[in-house]
Amino acid sequence: MTRLDEFVPGGAASRRAFLGLMGGGVALAAATAPAQASKVRTSARIVILGAGAGGASIANRLAERLDGARITVVDGKTEHWYQPGLTLIASGLRPASYAQSTTGEWLPRGITWVQEHAAEVDPEAKRVVTTGGQRLDYDYLIVSTGLVLDWDAVEGFDLARVGPQTGTGAHYAGPDHAVKTWQAMDAFTDRGGHALFTRPATEMKCAGAPIKYCFLTDDYLRRKGTRDASHITYAAHSGIMFGVPVINEKVRIIMRRQEVEVCYHHVLQSVDMDRRLATFRTQDGTAEIEYDFFNVIPPQRAPQVIRDSGLAWADRWTDQGWIEVDMHTLRHARYPEVFGIGDINGVPKGKTAASVKWHLPVVEDHLIAQIQGREGTASYNGYTSCPLITRVGRAMLVEFDYQDNLVPSFPGIVAPLEELWISWLMKEVALKATYNAMLRGRA
Amino acid sequence: MEEFSIGTFIAVFEEMFGAWLFWLMVAVAAAITVAYLYVLIRDHGMGMRRFLLAQLSMPVGAVAAVAFVMWVTKSRMADIGGPIDWIVLLGVAVLGAGGFSILVYVAQSLIRGRQEADG
Repeated sequence: MTRLDEFVPGGAASRRAFLGLMGGGVALAAATAPAQASKVRTSARIVILGAGAGGASIANRLAERLDGARITVVDGKTEHWYQPGLTLIASGLRPASYAQSTTGEWLPRGITWVQEHAAEVDPEAKRVVTTGGQRLDYDYLIVSTGLVLDWDAVEGFDLARVGPQTGTGAHYAGPDHAVKTWQAMDAFTDRGGHALFTRPATEMKCAGAPIKYCFLTDDYLRRKGTRDASHITYAAHSGIMFGVPVINEKVRIIMRRQEVEVCYHHVLQSVDMDRRLATFRTQDGTAEIEYDFFNVIPPQRAPQVIRDSGLAWADRWTDQGWIEVDMHTLRHARYPEVFGIGDINGVPKGKTAASVKWHLPVVEDHLIAQIQGREGTASYNGYTSCPLITRVGRAMLVEFDYQDNLVPSFPGIVAPLEELWISWLMKEVALKATYNAMLRGRA
Repeated sequence: MEEFSIGTFIAVFEEMFGAWLFWLMVAVAAAITVAYLYVLIRDHGMGMRRFLLAQLSMPVGAVAAVAFVMWVTKSRMADIGGPIDWIVLLGVAVLGAGGFSILVYVAQSLIRGRQEADG
């Protein structure tokens, strides 16, 4: 029999070869590690409004890149929410704690965190005043406040009554409400009935989330053997379910396969949580739909302080107040020392954590270039992504840009419009890790 | 995702498992690899009887690895949807088989003490 040590690193020659390979591997790793740019010296005063995904991440990146800058983060919220996890919590797959951490643990050393909200932003005077009356003058302002959920716009809805008693869910409201939504969905899927889903007519966080939650409820009904006794309605606010045509068509095909009834041009007006009755504005007037389980997602807008600041678009999204930034540089159109990151940006697409990830290097590049007196070169193409869950264990990884192109990260490997286990793994296992790495400024 | 580097991957794995657990797993994997190299060098090659038993243990490692991943990710075999899913699943099985067989080989070699390669 041939001695195996001719093939394994047992002999002296092969041992040397093996060690050489190891050394080569280390050299390769060193060569492919990102080159650390030298720090830029500045005494600029930078104010960051909001310490969520966008604010915390850019604070870390700027603290790493700048030497001497006075960075002040303004946010009164002490709890940080990993919002992409809310769908998993509302599906009973994760506890509330999965999405909960503290704001403080994500912020870098050497910056100032003002634990108050902004009360006034004056871009003419380059000044922010906080709810506690602190006056913060800035040279550069980064707006990363996120958005507010306008629950009051849904007449009759009471966030305190979400849960199995009313059959009404609100998984966007935060980790605790996502748990209550799961309790309502779990109780509903035990016995079946009529499930109702919708989305608001405003711009919204992750437009795929209402669709995912519809598919997950369908999956639980099937697993529990109550699907035959049930009916599912998806009430779309317009003539489509998803803004990217090719993805919309795929969603329509899956809805049909899963026997979900889709009705279009239904905008939620009010809900009667006792009678379990939702009222929609339609093209013909109003329509009432009775339900046994309903996940309410309200209209979404910029925080009032931003809407009052003069930073919002004057002629677009006037009822919502997103800030007027250039869609490629994310620099404000009228105030060149102001940048936007995340949900607050008035750009055509993408209020997701994936968008934040791609806003960050662009804002960092332009802001640092401006400090150095040169032009930045980075450009954001509108990339965003959504692991569109179609059942527990499968998802479609949809990635697209401003022009509705599909822009797959793994072309030829992970097919964008296929329901795959690997895309589920990305959502279930890898996404939070990537998000956390992003927050620390490392991804 | 065009900016993925080794540093990013390490950061993601640290976040996924927690830095301590991740580096502990790396250390355990490295320790088993070093132990494997040690017994290969010590015994001047592979012991074929030990290698045979290690090979026979491979299916156990493969099935265990797949079952573990399915359990951790709340998935079922029915969720395997396309070619890449099968490739990833086979990769998990191969890693499980390979890792477990090396573990079995090393464990036998260390328990039985020094033996010249018997192949």
